[in-house]
Amino acid sequence: MTVVPTSARFQENAHEALNDARLQGAMVFARNFAGRRALAAARLPEFDRLRDSASAIKDHTLAHLDLYLEAYERKVVESGGCVHYAEDAEAARRIVVDLCRSLGAKSVTKGKSMISEEIGLNAAIEAAGIEAVETDLGEYIIQLRHETPSHIIAPAIHLTKRDFEHDFRARHTNLPPERDLSKPEQLLAEARAVLREKFLAADVGITGANFLIAETGGSVIVTNEGNGDLTQTLPRAHIVIASIEKIVPTLEDAAQLLRVLARSATGQDASVYTTFSTGPRRPGDPDGPSAYHVVILDNGRSAMLGGEFQDMLRCIRCGACMNHCPVYQAVGGHAYGWVYPGPMGAVLTPSLIGVAEGGQLPNASTFCGRCEEVCPVRIPLPKMMRHWREREFERALSPAAARYGLGLWAFFAARPALYRVAAGLVARSLRLLGRRKGRFASLPFAGGWTRYRDLAAPEGSTFQSRWRAKSGAVK
Amino acid sequence: MKDGRSGEVSARETVLAGIRRSLGVTGGEAPRRFEVERRLAEAPAGIVPQRGQGDLPARVATFRAEAERAQATVAEAAALNDVPAEVARFLREANCPATVRMGTDPRLAALPWPATALDVSIGPSDGRDLNAVSMALVGIAETGTLALVSGADNPTTLNFLPDNAIVVVRREDVVADYEAAFARLRAVYGKGGAPRALNFITGPSRSADIEQTLLLGAHGPRRLHIVIAG
Ligand code: SF4
Repeated sequence: MTVVPTSARFQENAHEALNDARLQGAMVFARNFAGRRALAAARLPEFDRLRDSASAIKDHTLAHLDLYLEAYERKVVESGGCVHYAEDAEAARRIVVDLCRSLGAKSVTKGKSMISEEIGLNAAIEAAGIEAVETDLGEYIIQLRHETPSHIIAPAIHLTKRDFEHDFRARHTNLPPERDLSKPEQLLAEARAVLREKFLAADVGITGANFLIAETGGSVIVTNEGNGDLTQTLPRAHIVIASIEKIVPTLEDAAQLLRVLARSATGQDASVYTTFSTGPRRPGDPDGPSAYHVVILDNGRSAMLGGEFQDMLRCIRCGACMNHCPVYQAVGGHAYGWVYPGPMGAVLTPSLIGVAEGGQLPNASTFCGRCEEVCPVRIPLPKMMRHWREREFERALSPAAARYGLGLWAFFAARPALYRVAAGLVARSLRLLGRRKGRFASLPFAGGWTRYRDLAAPEGSTFQSRWRAKSGAVK
Repeated sequence: MKDGRSGEVSARETVLAGIRRSLGVTGGEAPRRFEVERRLAEAPAGIVPQRGQGDLPARVATFRAEAERAQATVAEAAALNDVPAEVARFLREANCPATVRMGTDPRLAALPWPATALDVSIGPSDGRDLNAVSMALVGIAETGTLALVSGADNPTTLNFLPDNAIVVVRREDVVADYEAAFARLRAVYGKGGAPRALNFITGPSRSADIEQTLLLGAHGPRRLHIVIAG
């Protein structure tokens, strides 16, 4: 069973999200990311040049992807591992479940993996009678709640500590009911103790990969908790699931990407654990898995190569685009209705599950451009959302009002100078109007938008003018 | 099983053929193959930050400052032989039991542990050890990162299961950047070679999954203590 998408209901989802006081309270915490990223970027003078370098590495790799995959596969086999290919989600689930069965697994631990979410892996493992335990704290609570992640690096960003407390009490019933769980430290300590047992008992560990390195045949995971490492070190077998575009040529190339990944994601200079795993346990090794398998998933990505959405395959899943997106910040990740939220989800979802299902998402944009400005691999997200809108427009899938809105927007977009002036005017007047609540329930010319979502009142000047001022100041 | 395997072979061909169709290539083009082989062989460095560069004292100072920024604690010992005393001091001041678990790394095994009150046991961790001592391949100044490699002498579990991870790095092994760490790795494992696990570790384990509150000691060590020795 895969996640059933509700992306086509984006407008209704967004409306509900805006009226969900609990969610709105939790989303306050999502606002911390942007400032932290800005500080990390400012601390590294080479940051913007690293972004160029990271983008170039991804472009080069995508242009030679078939050959790098072959090179990678040779190295995995050389180091004693196995490589499996899966054309689609169903094939990937079957391969993983068959591997778990053949290894006699009763219990599987899992590191956080968006690919696992994309293919609905947990349900497939459990349907085979095998326990699947998510071990990242955020993923763990999501699994307890039978939810999907609402953010690609902070899956439980939509929850508060009260939600954690409630679910831990409901599920950890062997613990004394009178225990104090009012502090985050207590919640973490409880999760650590419960999951420690799971780590030690697991037969198979499944992780995703941030990168696969063709030079060495290694897979790389980046975590802060250490859960990914316990997942892949303690059980008898380690299964990596990764999509085709995770390949990078060399260790040096991985270093370029690592330098922009953590800074863009959490604002750390480096994540706590960056682990390069190559094959199974070697002769004489006192620990590590005895078997090492990699499942390489296509699931629609090869079809994106060579076309107008190829650039999306540069994505390193840092989450910066959603952390800087006014729409995501307002409605949260679940409104997007599938696995990938925010601007990257708005572009990727229609590519992966089709325009009929995901075609509403590219409308979930104010075209403010912040996502592209912060994307470490410079993916032109607004342009790609526009491509989808145009496709949708041509196919006349969208309601008449949306077409009208797009027509108006296209008029301005084709005239950049005018757009800047108009956006500046609108921003200034909105600021005055919105001063009281910081949010609008309805606006002239934006009925199609505000009918379903409040528009965040712009703070300060337009993004374009701020950016110009900022770049000027830095130089 | 045989059927399953041939099914997978055809999946491999299908995926590769899909990529080649989209890219408009056959996979046999000599210039593409040459380009890929060259990049894999040469492994060009890209943009390398200034931050970690400098002579050894400068690198050690940067390494220390960056590691502390990531909430590690750092001590310097004049010689490797002073490490056991520093480990004992750290555990005493942190109010931890005087026990340590370590691998069979000869550089650690040669140290004067019996001169301390530490109870030393040898081998990988089964999850019950409170304190572990490991030896780093290098320390990386750029981000205050330790690089550790797995092997017969160096169990990976020691880096993740104990509450307190103590890692020794020789002063001369503090390098400027990730690229320098990879150069050291290749000197040991050869070009294209790698240990089973290469762990880059920057600070103690943490999570911010509960309301974005930063908490140390998620699933891995609550404390990371680095001893720069020599
Ligand atoms: S699109 Fe860019 S900013 Fe968004 S997750 Fe991907 S790499 Fe990060």
